[in-house]
Amino acid sequence: MKTAVVLLPGLNRDRDMIAALTTITGKAPLTVWQTETALPDVDLVVVPGGFSFGDYLRAGAIAARSPVMRAVAEAAAKGVPVLGVCNGFQILCEAGLLPGALMRNAALRFVCREVKLEVTNARTRFSTAYRQGQIIRCPVAHHDGNYFADEATLKGLQDNDRIVFRYAEGTNPNGAINDIAGIVNAAGNVLGMMPHPENLIEPEHGGTDGRGIFESALGASQSVAA
Amino acid sequence: MIKARIIVTLKTGVLDPQGKAIEAALGNLGIDGVGQVRQGKVFDVELAGEDAASAKTKLDAMCGQLLANTVIENYAVEIDHG
Repeated sequence: MKTAVVLLPGLNRDRDMIAALTTITGKAPLTVWQTETALPDVDLVVVPGGFSFGDYLRAGAIAARSPVMRAVAEAAAKGVPVLGVCNGFQILCEAGLLPGALMRNAALRFVCREVKLEVTNARTRFSTAYRQGQIIRCPVAHHDGNYFADEATLKGLQDNDRIVFRYAEGTNPNGAINDIAGIVNAAGNVLGMMPHPENLIEPEHGGTDGRGIFESALGASQSVAA
Repeated sequence: MIKARIIVTLKTGVLDPQGKAIEAALGNLGIDGVGQVRQGKVFDVELAGEDAASAKTKLDAMCGQLLANTVIENYAVEIDHG
């Protein structure tokens, strides 16, 4: 079970992601620096959270045009599972791998707290470990998590069951349209989400609700490989 | 050398919480009659060469690919500004 984590200047959740992937797979992920033009052959690529390039221009905008993201787009086109968390989600949107944009939080405040997520599609390769409609806990920590897309895009996401997670029970922390917390691409192999599942995978974290995303993604790759 | 100014604005209908906050602050200053405020960005770009048509093509490309996020933003290009 091989994984890779993309490294960009200004990310700060890369260590947490590396620790989570190491715990779950039993093996440290490979790391890929922003200037790399190819990715190693892995079962899951993760773009972690932080503030790549200081959020200059727009969150994720500069990172999305870095050489490594071209390589991530090529891997995604070949069907490799790609997970973007927080800044990673912003980068995937800016890179055009996912539709929509993440804008400044509606209350203009950085939010760092736990939210509840409803698993609105438990059939994606990132969510099979959960039950349809299950409510899970997950921390968020961001300033630009206010998901926006035009009506046609939203309808497409809705009609094709591409909204994987929604903020549940009035916990929407950022004003995201339709409470959207995480979406997949049309092929279903690229997931972007604002909350941080890597921070809720061990009992010492206070819960293990985030594990299912990694276990789903890696379990799916395993069965594809076999 | 061609000098250009690019103005990036939020599309109509896209919520602009920063503009709203500015609106409220203007109210706090006691400046009356302020309607809606929308915040945008300005980029001043220098381009080698003198051909305005090819500059326009390049400027459109840079706006579409980087300077504006066309999901939420519009852009306008002015050449030889000021």
